[in-house]
Amino acid sequence: MAMNHLSLIIKREYLNKVRNKSFIVMTFLSPLIMVAIFALVAYLSQLNHDNKRTIAVLDESGLFVEEFESTSSITYKTITGVPLSEAKKNTEESSDYGLLYIPATASVEDLSSQIVFYSDDSPSLTLIDDIEDAIEEKANTIKLANAGIDAQKIRDLRVNVDTRIETFQGQETSKLGSGLKLIFGGAAGYLLFMFIIIYGNMIMRSVIEEKTSRIIEVIISSVKPIKLLLGKIFGTSLAGITQFAAWVILLFIFSAVLTSVFDIDPATVQTPQQQMLESSTGGVDSIVQEVFYEINNMPLANLIVMFILFFIGGYLLYASLYAAIGAAVDSETDTQQFMLPILMPLILAVYVGFFTVIDNPHGTVSQVFSYIPFTSPVVMLMRIPFGVPLWQQLISVLLLFVTFIGTVWFAAKIYRVGILMYGKKPSYKELAKWLKY
Amino acid sequence: MENLLVAKNVSKTYGNYKALNDISLEVPKGSIFGLLGPNGAGKTTFIRIINQITLPDTGTVLLDGEPLRPDHIQHIGYLPEERGLYKSMKVGEQALYLAQLKGLSQTEAKERLKYWFDRFGISDWWNKKIQELSKGMAQKIQFIVTVLHRPKLLIFDEPFSGFDPINATLIKDEILQLRDEGATVIFSTHRMESVEEMCDHIALIHKSNKLLDGKLINIKRAYQNNIYDVGLLANNPEQTTQELRSRFQVSTAAFKSIHDELQYRIKIPESTSANDLVSYLTTQGQLTHFVEVIPSANDIFIETVKNN
Repeated sequence: MAMNHLSLIIKREYLNKVRNKSFIVMTFLSPLIMVAIFALVAYLSQLNHDNKRTIAVLDESGLFVEEFESTSSITYKTITGVPLSEAKKNTEESSDYGLLYIPATASVEDLSSQIVFYSDDSPSLTLIDDIEDAIEEKANTIKLANAGIDAQKIRDLRVNVDTRIETFQGQETSKLGSGLKLIFGGAAGYLLFMFIIIYGNMIMRSVIEEKTSRIIEVIISSVKPIKLLLGKIFGTSLAGITQFAAWVILLFIFSAVLTSVFDIDPATVQTPQQQMLESSTGGVDSIVQEVFYEINNMPLANLIVMFILFFIGGYLLYASLYAAIGAAVDSETDTQQFMLPILMPLILAVYVGFFTVIDNPHGTVSQVFSYIPFTSPVVMLMRIPFGVPLWQQLISVLLLFVTFIGTVWFAAKIYRVGILMYGKKPSYKELAKWLKY
Repeated sequence: MENLLVAKNVSKTYGNYKALNDISLEVPKGSIFGLLGPNGAGKTTFIRIINQITLPDTGTVLLDGEPLRPDHIQHIGYLPEERGLYKSMKVGEQALYLAQLKGLSQTEAKERLKYWFDRFGISDWWNKKIQELSKGMAQKIQFIVTVLHRPKLLIFDEPFSGFDPINATLIKDEILQLRDEGATVIFSTHRMESVEEMCDHIALIHKSNKLLDGKLINIKRAYQNNIYDVGLLANNPEQTTQELRSRFQVSTAAFKSIHDELQYRIKIPESTSANDLVSYLTTQGQLTHFVEVIPSANDIFIETVKNN
């Protein structure tokens, strides 16, 4: 035999996907679209702050005249000598954003409930916070002065705590590091989630296509259905990995451009401590350097190896289920009722990941879900950057691959029967019967 | 005669539904074997068992004397009733792929495809996508792919559906030639005129059971019941009619004739010979027509299915 069936099928499935026009377009366009969306969001949020607002301040107490400093987006305009009713009318008729009214009160304490901000708009929380902060600051200073305490002295006496986080091995991390771990773990888990959905659907569609085009019986008179099923899963996965690799390469090109812009030499990346000593003037450069330091500090090799293992295992697990669904139905519109059981554990995994793991990476819930094969790829990947003992990781991977063999067996049964069934949409009961054929 | 395919006591059950019940069949080498039966009789299940798409619950199938093995797939060419091709794949690429799945090397497959494409005059289709072809055109590609690896056993399920009469004849002639070159053909169809024309052996499956099988001519012999169509210019029609009805089972026949004669379909008892009937008829007038009625495959099909 010239060429093994499985490799023939994988080759066909792979080429069929990779040569597809929309696949090529998506491979090169999506990174650009992502960058474009980021740029757009950045631009829009800047635009959001662009319109300068003017706020009129009617201060009858006379205590806060100097307290409101205009910022790039807000100009404060003090008005004096007009009654509130007139000030309100004037402000409403003008283009001013709002009117801040501070009444004259017997004592500073009374102010707390009597200040009013008039506006047609509902002002943002940050704006109100800013105003309240300014008033509180001044009011407190006045009260301290009234009590005979020097406000400046209190400020000087305040202690600023910045906790340093270190493992018992003396490895330093920082709060920034925890954030980065979250980003890395979250990105890995979410990426896998997206990959499973996109390529799982692709496999499902490809199975349905073979059914609707009626080529399936021709093919399985030449090869065993299980070979076709595996060939399809592997071929589509390879196409996915190709796309993924293309994205990583494009990402490297982008990050190379970024690194040269920020001028970072990875060899001279310093520890946060050194940086703090050396550059109190730090700014953007030192943050970027710290990010690089933290990334270097993460169990990167572990993360990469486990990412690959969980990626393959998790993907294959779900891909076989997607293929089974494709075989069970006649058209894509019939797939809905079977999609829910697939999507539920996936979505649950992402939610557990983003809520529980972030809260406590090694809590009971996080641990349990990082063993359950249907959620472990996502949850475990999110936990690994925080440091998970190797034996836990290995048990989880093992469980995942054993379950994968189970789902392939299950999928193959459904597939074998389903690909030759046309006409009515099967119920779960009928699917169970197919397992016994 | 040697048999290429032998099925022994094959049964298959799906859940509570018995698709095949104890089927035994012999397909002689070099024959065109008609596998007949109403819709849902179990033909497709049987064909899928031969192709190892489905496994029988009990029973064995022998190909060339050996129990079916996975590598026997190379010796079988199967054109299913539910057939199609990848729509967005190019004709040549697809034919190569399917041929390689049947175990041909790429160069071998290319050579043979070139031969068949030239033979059918379709060489310029090589780089077209299937979706650009008409249904009949796609069927031709499918036929080529089915026979390309020169299988010993060819299985055609409704091979003529989707073909116009010209192409149907072309395919029919190709099948006959493949038979002449040594292939054995199993042929499943509802078109009885094709069975009549092409098959030398048949089997009839109905409701999962085999009702009859054997050489078509022997089956016809068994089904011919001493029935004759008779045309007579009778001297005394009424009297003759009465006498005939008293001695035989008589119904009216309808065949084309230039005479205005009595036309009867007469069944004679086995104790009587055709000669006796003829000599009696000649005494009654001028005999214009005397033909033994041979049951058609269609008649046999309908009668057998109805009686069960």
